[in-house]
Amino acid sequence: MRALTYHGKQKVQVDTHPDPEIVNPRDAIIEVTSTAICGSDLHLFNGVIPGVLKGDILGHEFMGIVVEVGPKSTLQKGQRVVVPFTISCGACFHCRNQEFSHCDNSNPADKQDVSEALYGHSMAGLFGYSHLTGGYPGGQAEYVRVPFSDVGPIVVPDHLTDEQVLFLSDILPTGWMAADQATVERGDTVAVWGAGPVGLFAAQSARVMGAEQVIVIDHHPNRLRLARQLGCKVIDRSQTNVLEALMEMTGGQGPDAVIDAVGMESHGLENFNAFDAVKQKVGVGADRIGAMREAILAVRKGGRVSIPGAYGGFSDKFPTGALMEKGLTVRTGQTHVQRYYRDLLRRIEEGEIDTTFLISHTLPLEDAPKGYDNFRNNQDEWTKVVLKPKMEKAHA
Amino acid sequence: MTRQTRLTEPAVVATAATLGLGALAGLAAYALLQPASAPGRAAAGLLGRPPEPPRPGDDAPGRTKGSTFGGFAVTGRSVTIGKPRQEVWAFLRDLSNLASFMEAVESVQAEGEGHRWRLKGGTEVTTRLVNEHEGEQVAWRSTEDSPVETEGKVMLHDAPAGRGTVVEAVLAWKPVAGAAGRLLGKLTQKDPLIQARRDLKRLKMLLEAGEIATNVNRREQRNEPAATHDLTPAEAT
Repeated sequence: MRALTYHGKQKVQVDTHPDPEIVNPRDAIIEVTSTAICGSDLHLFNGVIPGVLKGDILGHEFMGIVVEVGPKSTLQKGQRVVVPFTISCGACFHCRNQEFSHCDNSNPADKQDVSEALYGHSMAGLFGYSHLTGGYPGGQAEYVRVPFSDVGPIVVPDHLTDEQVLFLSDILPTGWMAADQATVERGDTVAVWGAGPVGLFAAQSARVMGAEQVIVIDHHPNRLRLARQLGCKVIDRSQTNVLEALMEMTGGQGPDAVIDAVGMESHGLENFNAFDAVKQKVGVGADRIGAMREAILAVRKGGRVSIPGAYGGFSDKFPTGALMEKGLTVRTGQTHVQRYYRDLLRRIEEGEIDTTFLISHTLPLEDAPKGYDNFRNNQDEWTKVVLKPKMEKAHA
Repeated sequence: MTRQTRLTEPAVVATAATLGLGALAGLAAYALLQPASAPGRAAAGLLGRPPEPPRPGDDAPGRTKGSTFGGFAVTGRSVTIGKPRQEVWAFLRDLSNLASFMEAVESVQAEGEGHRWRLKGGTEVTTRLVNEHEGEQVAWRSTEDSPVETEGKVMLHDAPAGRGTVVEAVLAWKPVAGAAGRLLGKLTQKDPLIQARRDLKRLKMLLEAGEIATNVNRREQRNEPAATHDLTPAEAT
């Protein structure tokens, strides 16, 4: 099969790999019809997430048709499914508590040592991510072996297009969980850092949950335009002092909840971010936490900090003083997709949530490297790239 | 609007490098002078501080403090499995099941009063059961003619609030080539501590999920045990 393969920092290409087969009883094989490039794929692409190896197949947002099932799978051949990026057994303590991204049993035992050293505990297996999360071959491929297929994939009705449901695999539940973890209350102002896919979906979710005012902060004009379309207010950080503006837009209180949908590769030189950038260049596993620092300073006293943005290493100059003195609540984590996707599918079917506005480009899988390049370097226009294995390659 | 001084990249690099070196030096000094650490104690001695009085014991298992007792290396790990104790016991009591999740073990066969363990790499160890309490503990010790001196036990107790069963495995063995052998084991990931931790994780996978997680796409690439286990219905816990 053909699959997008990591070949080192900012080097990806589509290679031929052996087709996957059923390995464990609960497996299924999915023939991919649509897959997307995620913002966190850019962290992998940029080489700042530890444990990505040459030869790894990337991609964790995908959907397709069931073509093969193991004896313990509950899926049937021919079913159309969206697959969560988190691999979860459904049976351990965490899965039974609906914390699917904390699954104890999906990360192979010999892959857990490094994350135990780095984080104290190992995380669930994720498709197409890092060997810290299992090193599972990803979804930017023609076929994917899906473990625990009786727990993960959600069957979607035929009348919904791929574009309407594909983002149930990650970014829609991720945005929704970000807003959920910000516990939106009546009258709240929610400020969202980053108008990328997760930030926009978080902003949209906060509005659905009844926030009085949602303010999105970014510096890309087109992305801010999309935020406006969703009914949000925007702050363009390239022309405005963010902290001052947020105070003035909330009657001197500060936002009740803040969402950092930027993650470890924050832009700009403010908020000590320049120092973080230097350390990250040296490759010491440093996270750039400029957005997080700003969010923690901005949020009102007793406010809530929700962090869906991806971080992988360590940071310093974390504002512990502000965190403690202001009595903040911090909630974060990889998304518990299976906790949210049924409810979100219903909201899509009922027309309450539309995610198709985000897609700026659709490319054949063979053109995936071009998609990575533009999603990284032309962020303002390339807001979301969908890849189709069956689409004819464009003649360039 | 206030105008900030422009930060040029060389200036930033220079500042960060200076700060970074300063931080490293500070960290080194802190580590050296910290009274709790062993080098710290040595340094404190050199600096003429009085030695610390002996401390009262704590509640942590002894194996978490040191790893050698009377020439034996000792290691132990715990895992909580979301299954009733009787079910975990029924699986573990049959020592031949150990091969289905233990990395280093090819097979375990009952032989007379005890067991013959065939390890990967060809070594064979014979053991006899020394201490067995139904549903709570099974322990074994190598026999006199076994080439490797080892003992081990597995203890089970109920996890709180219906969370299943805590399985505690403790292994003691005489390292084949002493301390050097132990170090070599660590470097090649054949160290029993690393193996025990992974083995218990695979046991948990097998009993909770019915299979052992692997990231390979094809059966012939598989590098961990391929065992499966028939699950009891979820309401069992």
